[in-house]
Amino acid sequence: MSESEGESYRILVVDDEPDVEPLMLQRMRRHIRSGRYSFVFAQNGIEALEVLNSDPEIDMVVSDINMPKMDGLTLLSQISELNPDLRAVIVSAYGDMKNIRTAMNRGAFDFVTKPLDFDDLQVTIERTLENMKAWKEALSSRDKLVSLQRELDVASQMQQSILPTQFPRGDTFEVSGNMEPARNVGGDFFDVVLLDDGQIGLAIADVSGKGVPAALFMMSSRTLLKGSAIGLTEPGKVLREVNNLLAEDNESAMFVTVLYAVYNPATGHLSYANGGHNLPVVFHSDGSCTVLPYTEGLALAVLSGVDFVEGELTLAPGDTLVLYTDGVTEAMDAENEEFGMQRLQAAFAGGAPQSAEAANEKVFAAVREFVAGAPQSDDITCLTLRRRGA
Amino acid sequence: MDLKSTREGSNLIVDVEGRVDGTNAMDFQTALEGAIQPSDQGVIMDMGQLQYISSAGLRVILLVAKSLQKQNAKLLGCSLSESVREIFAISGFDKIVPVHDSRTDALKALED
Repeated sequence: MSESEGESYRILVVDDEPDVEPLMLQRMRRHIRSGRYSFVFAQNGIEALEVLNSDPEIDMVVSDINMPKMDGLTLLSQISELNPDLRAVIVSAYGDMKNIRTAMNRGAFDFVTKPLDFDDLQVTIERTLENMKAWKEALSSRDKLVSLQRELDVASQMQQSILPTQFPRGDTFEVSGNMEPARNVGGDFFDVVLLDDGQIGLAIADVSGKGVPAALFMMSSRTLLKGSAIGLTEPGKVLREVNNLLAEDNESAMFVTVLYAVYNPATGHLSYANGGHNLPVVFHSDGSCTVLPYTEGLALAVLSGVDFVEGELTLAPGDTLVLYTDGVTEAMDAENEEFGMQRLQAAFAGGAPQSAEAANEKVFAAVREFVAGAPQSDDITCLTLRRRGA
Repeated sequence: MDLKSTREGSNLIVDVEGRVDGTNAMDFQTALEGAIQPSDQGVIMDMGQLQYISSAGLRVILLVAKSLQKQNAKLLGCSLSESVREIFAISGFDKIVPVHDSRTDALKALED
């Protein structure tokens, strides 16, 4: 993620554990020295509010949940009344979906889990700041009544800010992902979540609609998905939970198609559930491929109480799983012909991908070659997982 | 995208032609909402001439299905081409909007 020069941000950290302050100062020292971050500390919600009242320069809050005097969830409700532009990140116990959900409902932007991983926290802080910046620009552009195009630019920045930029890899697997945004429409995103038991959660999604409302819907979809993913290992249950949360009070009728898969690097076992998304393809080392069977589901946020049937398979060494959005299969050439599943399946006829990254690049190259410069009408997104060996 | 509507008793039949995507989803919504009357019991969307519908178009269908539900009316689809049928099947929208092979079948379903 790019760190624009010269910008500095003031972050309030609220935690009752005394060793948090020295640790934070130590682990974030590079960003403190560069002048990007400065930190203020408080030990509970009451102290935090006092600091916020006396220090108007604070940009964001990182808060623990369980604290004496005033807990983090109460603090969140107070913050949203005090200053709706302030962004808050919550530190929660691993898999504590109940508190995470309450925090999200009270306006938390994101969460990290204990024990604190400072690299992860730093990435989360950057994402939050990027989003805050985009949000402030959206507000000011709305104030100025500038063009729709401006709003779309802001939405696209918000979209970019939630995409992972680093991918996990191990001796037995590698992951790669990329999104090429369309100019006006689109709402694709993907995420890779490291689960507690060593498994990896992979999500790819497409939000209906465009502009800032769709970008905000995308944000909450992504965060709820991440929250459910780390608490549950069954993909069907994850989608069920996220769907129920998103379907509540969804007057705007926005929805999101999601394919969520959980991969076990130790065994190659993959389970998945499908919320109305395009069917992934596995490319084998002999050049053949398998389209993952359809499993019963529905786009998320459409109807609450829906069940998502799980499918499963085992990747053989050398197999590559390709998740993609309809921006790939529905990419059109100048004659309005679609790229289609057959061309996707044929992409690796000349040889199986040698790495997850190569697979990703190959998909984009095949689409580019096919459309031959015809205007892109939708985001093109691809997430690949390769089981190494063979 | 082109939209024509005819009425059969208390049911509305809407013919959708061409492509519905992000660029014309708003027009699609305006046209569809303009055609529906509060007295309509059922709305059949004939998609025989619909070449393509994107998620932006599906969202309009969802909006209309939700508002029809409030007036206790039903939304059905019919005569989908293979590619549009596939979009409905994969997205699961055939659970929201029951899809019938022909207009006659859809009208019959409304009578039941």
